[in-house]
Amino acid sequence: MSVLEIKDLHVNVETEQGTREILRGVDLTIRKGEIHAIMGPNGSGKSTLAYTIAGHPKYTVVSGSITLDGEDVLEMSVDERARAGLFLAMQYPVEIPGVTVTNFLRTAKTAIDGQAPAVRGWVKDVRESMANLRMDPAFAERNVNEGFSGGEKKRNEILQLELLKPDFAVLDETDSGLDVDALKIVSEGVNRAKEQTGLGVLLITHYTRILRYITPDYVHVFVAGRVAEEGGPELADRLEEEGYDRYLDGAVVS
Amino acid sequence: MTSAIQTPPVAPGSRAHSDGAGAFVPVQTRTERTRSYDPADFGVPAGTEVDWKHTPIQRIAGVFGDVETDDRPGDPAVDWQLSGADAVEVGTLAVGQAPRGEAFTPEDLPSALAWKHTGEALHVVLPEGVELDQPVVVQLTGNGVERRANGHVVIEAKPNSRGTIVLRHAGSTTFAQNVEVLVREGANLTVVSVQEWADDAIHAAAHQARVGRDAYLRHVVVSFGGGVVRLNPSVELAGEGSEAELYGLSFSDAGQHFESQVFLHHKGPHTRGDVLYKGALQGETARSVWIGDVLIGRDAVGTDSYEANRNLVLTPGARADSIPNLEIETGDIQGAGHASATGRFDDEQLFYLQARGIREDEARRLVVIGFLAEIVQKIGVPDLEAHLAEAIEAELAGGVLPS
Repeated sequence: MSVLEIKDLHVNVETEQGTREILRGVDLTIRKGEIHAIMGPNGSGKSTLAYTIAGHPKYTVVSGSITLDGEDVLEMSVDERARAGLFLAMQYPVEIPGVTVTNFLRTAKTAIDGQAPAVRGWVKDVRESMANLRMDPAFAERNVNEGFSGGEKKRNEILQLELLKPDFAVLDETDSGLDVDALKIVSEGVNRAKEQTGLGVLLITHYTRILRYITPDYVHVFVAGRVAEEGGPELADRLEEEGYDRYLDGAVVS
Repeated sequence: MTSAIQTPPVAPGSRAHSDGAGAFVPVQTRTERTRSYDPADFGVPAGTEVDWKHTPIQRIAGVFGDVETDDRPGDPAVDWQLSGADAVEVGTLAVGQAPRGEAFTPEDLPSALAWKHTGEALHVVLPEGVELDQPVVVQLTGNGVERRANGHVVIEAKPNSRGTIVLRHAGSTTFAQNVEVLVREGANLTVVSVQEWADDAIHAAAHQARVGRDAYLRHVVVSFGGGVVRLNPSVELAGEGSEAELYGLSFSDAGQHFESQVFLHHKGPHTRGDVLYKGALQGETARSVWIGDVLIGRDAVGTDSYEANRNLVLTPGARADSIPNLEIETGDIQGAGHASATGRFDDEQLFYLQARGIREDEARRLVVIGFLAEIVQKIGVPDLEAHLAEAIEAELAGGVLPS
């Protein structure tokens, strides 16, 4: 059984004002098939955690470790991490002008699998996944994220999740900017991916509403760069009623 | 006007009409450049002139000589072949024979020389109401850089015709070339000039177009090969409701200088213009120059105009000059804007692609191809688009991308 382990992770980011410590000792263990919700107020370091797992060069790991089945993830390049089975659904997916969704998906699938997918089955898979996500087939010929609405970009992220079949997915505020219909569609996509591949999910969110559609096994409350409290789904209900205020007393968010 | 954006010196309508004596006249508007059919009116460029200061004068000097085309018996300086021309009329036009010169007046020395030394200009006519289902391709092949060639082509799209003309340049020569484009009322014309010259070719080209009422011109310049290519398109949106889209695509390698000085003149009311030139540069001494002049004339009310130039510098030592100029003589317009950006790779694009398992070198390749493909996708000639996509791959394979 695959496991993603994060131990005592400290991460800095360089800003114009100098070095800032964002993550201050994060411990998390996610097994395949588990859904972990990371919840916390703005500025608590949730997105930093997501980008650090994916290997964004902006973030510097000062100490601690991230391992995937014992392999040192921090030693891997961004693309090696993806090929090892990690996936990041981004909060703000970037536009890639001139690269069609079709071309991009096939290139990524080929990179992940180490060989080009069989044409017929692949075309069918793409069509089915797009239909499941209520994406117009015309999307396939559009350039990646170019001119997409916020909701379309998020669906495109989940489309990639379904097709690339990673072991672990980090969903960075995938729910932000979605209306209720889009939120349901996207959540269905995540649930489908989990059913089909036994995906492990790190679901990063500010709000509890996505948890109505994706049921977490564990909830971690993130405050000031570390996990302040952990529990089951009932913790999310409590957060919905009480908000984050009780964690913020004395916790200075730098 | 070479470095700043020109805005009206006073608010339109706030002063007396400027036709009268003693009216203030701006010194350097684009339309006041010397225009003449006589080479003697220009003088040999020294490299300090506003329209020559970015051009490598010594390298391009072969087009300054007042000489005939170096055609030899059975061996022209430039071979040309016409294909797909079944539905068009093809003829020649002597100097003084209409419509040659109707929309063309040379604006620099090579252009005046090309005019003077082209006795019989090729005249390609899309007859009235005819719609071409295949592009007309003129293949021009140079037979040696030591041989000087002069050329003038008149492309005329009669009213309500629709079609595409592609000029493809290969081989090598020292070429002074004029392309005159007449887009009559309601016509829809695409003109593509592709430069895939050998590395030593010298090419100075002036394209001048006039677009009539409710007509549309798409003009595309693609420069991948050649030593120095200076191709300056000038388009006059003369008729009410006329429209032009001017696109450029270049890939400069070490030692290559690709230049386009683009002039878009909104003259008639309710015209629309869109200019987008994109260039990639790879290798030390790779150069590109883009000067984009847009003039919105006094009668061009309701104009909608936008021009942009984007360059992607792939290796250190390459240089892109990008100079947008905008002159507006009426305040009653829908919109006018411009943009220019020259940069290296977008790290966020690379991160996104790599986060999907795509290796860094492949990710870079995708980003460059994607950057340039935006223009390729606008050409609208499938065979040519496929060919150019391959040519871009070959350009990238020819140089080492930095890690």
